[in-house]
Amino acid sequence: MAAVLALSAVGLSLTFGVMRVVNVAHGEFFMLGAVLAWVVAQAVPSAPLGFVAALILCPLVVGAVAALADTAILKRLNYDPEATIVATIGISYILQQGALSFFGPDARAVEAPFSLRLQFPWFGYSGYKLFVVIAAGLVLLAVWLFMTRSRAGLVMRATQVDRNTARAFGINVDRVYAGTFALGAALAAVAAVLIVPIQQAHYLMGHDPLLLSFIVVIIGGLGSIRGTLIAALLIGLSDGIISMFFTPTLAKIVATLAVALVLVFRPQGLFGARA
Amino acid sequence: MTTDLAGLKTNRRTVLGGLAAGGALMLGAAPRFVQAQSSAPIKLGFQLHRTGIGAAYGRWYERTTQAALKLLNDQGGINGRPVEIVFEDDGTDPKRGAEVVEKLTTQAGCDLIFGPLFSHVVIGSAPRAGELKVPYLVCSEGYHVASGMLNRWTLQPGITDVRAQVSSMAPWVMQNLGKKVTMVFPDYAFGHDHRDFFTEAVKAQGGEVIAQIAIPPTETSFTRYLPQIPAETEVLYHVMVGPAVLTFVKELGEFYGSGARPQIFGFIDSLEAVDTAAPGLEFLEGTHFWEGHCRVKQADAPEWEGTYRAAVGVDDNGASVSDARDVSTYAHMFSCWETLFVIKKGMEASGYQSTADRQKFVEAIEAMTAFDAGLDHVQGAKTFNGKTHQVFGQQFISKVEGGKLMRVHATSIEDGVYPDAVDYTAQSF
Repeated sequence: MAAVLALSAVGLSLTFGVMRVVNVAHGEFFMLGAVLAWVVAQAVPSAPLGFVAALILCPLVVGAVAALADTAILKRLNYDPEATIVATIGISYILQQGALSFFGPDARAVEAPFSLRLQFPWFGYSGYKLFVVIAAGLVLLAVWLFMTRSRAGLVMRATQVDRNTARAFGINVDRVYAGTFALGAALAAVAAVLIVPIQQAHYLMGHDPLLLSFIVVIIGGLGSIRGTLIAALLIGLSDGIISMFFTPTLAKIVATLAVALVLVFRPQGLFGARA
Repeated sequence: MTTDLAGLKTNRRTVLGGLAAGGALMLGAAPRFVQAQSSAPIKLGFQLHRTGIGAAYGRWYERTTQAALKLLNDQGGINGRPVEIVFEDDGTDPKRGAEVVEKLTTQAGCDLIFGPLFSHVVIGSAPRAGELKVPYLVCSEGYHVASGMLNRWTLQPGITDVRAQVSSMAPWVMQNLGKKVTMVFPDYAFGHDHRDFFTEAVKAQGGEVIAQIAIPPTETSFTRYLPQIPAETEVLYHVMVGPAVLTFVKELGEFYGSGARPQIFGFIDSLEAVDTAAPGLEFLEGTHFWEGHCRVKQADAPEWEGTYRAAVGVDDNGASVSDARDVSTYAHMFSCWETLFVIKKGMEASGYQSTADRQKFVEAIEAMTAFDAGLDHVQGAKTFNGKTHQVFGQQFISKVEGGKLMRVHATSIEDGVYPDAVDYTAQSF
């Protein structure tokens, strides 16, 4: 849970860090990834093959949709912070209702690529869930390497630090923005494809990840991948542990309280740089 | 004398002749609806969970109701008038539910409203029905009707409530499965009914509920709740709703797997619209379920059972005839079918003509005491309590054998009867 949360939160964090866009539609990109995973899994006969196909195709498609949304809508608003919030709310409704119209209101299961079960003496645990943790870790590592080692990552970080100077150095900021938005959405889609064999694809599933992603990103510090990761672990684990020993409501209260405290005492987040 | 009718030169004789022929033609074409004083269709509103967390139920409630409507109209409608149903989606949302009640009543001009299932939606919508003074026939199982929480316009003649269901089955669970029970239930009105009345019934049988695990109905992953189940649990009682039910049962399977597990008694709600033979559910073999109506056609099924299944489009395994993966909400959806035929009886008993007769309709239903089993009451015979507006019927306990639900016990109607908590007939309209 924490691993998947980290994936989708890093996506959100990237979008905000580089573009200064609060992407309210992020949860719906997550949902879109899950729904597309079901579509792909239906089209491919064998379960493992379908899963692999979904893992490759869905982030690409979702990324393309996001890039389109960026060039067609956000760019025209000049990335004005308030207008983009309203615009992404609009995009989220379009995606959600679109999924309802074309996919239907039912929850659909996607078969896991393998159904290994680990049997401990007192309880069992799904091997697939461990796989999800490892896979999410690998993707996060890849994102981190991409951001710190590759030229494209350098360009993105340059844009993040100063948009105008970056432009002056001949960086095509529009393309960087579209790419970042697509990458953020694609990460949400990867998270969704990984989670969909555990949960099920459903048109309302975007709410929870969005909320939790925001909590994580605020606590971790907007735009900081390291902070986002640590906050995702923190929130994911505390959510699990508190729900287990107390009640799930208390877990949500604690998470929300943590956000409030962070905003009061350290508005830039635990690891965020001062703006 | 000649008149110019529709651009044709005619005289009185041809006009009269034409009228007679036309009348005869109408009689011939629609002989079933002739004795009505008003031949306008009776318009019923159906509050449907087409989207939201109740969507799986909504899909089948609509199909069942359409099938019942077709049969009803083939039989001659109500009071000689054809019947039509206006379906309106409430998104399984209480706020929207109240708006749907209002829309169906004031805009669509429906004579009455029926059909909602989810208890939070019913509790949110029923007060509006009371204010609009429109009969509101719910199919929700919750104890909120018989508890006196709602109003005189709200009735539940199609399905037994949770309190009666759980108290009639508790003795069997105690005697056959075990006495130390852990309950897992959704954390809202419907789940609370389970918690309160099953705990009470278990106590009455000398058993004990050792843990109650409430789970928010919108939860999507359950792994972290399952370790709360105490190790000394003899019977795990589970009931879950919403789009995540399959996840819940699968994770329960992962949790217990091939290791030692307690006896498991579940409400079929945890598996409605889910194939019991789905991958990951093998562990359910040998566990027990409550069913309001047996999903798999039993060997001793009455003759009307086949007619009902064919009309709704459900095969002998309880899945859609057109798509075997589309499993029905069989244990609940009979309530729409039966409610529609109760409406027919109520309207005929009260001589219902127009919305001015709504009060007479409610009084006619309150006067009912029993329904015989048959094609109009496919689930079985029932008794109706006019004071509490609640119906009581048989409940079934099924065991998963070879991936199929086979009935092992049927309660009697009397097992579930409890003292009245309210007398709606003493309330004003």
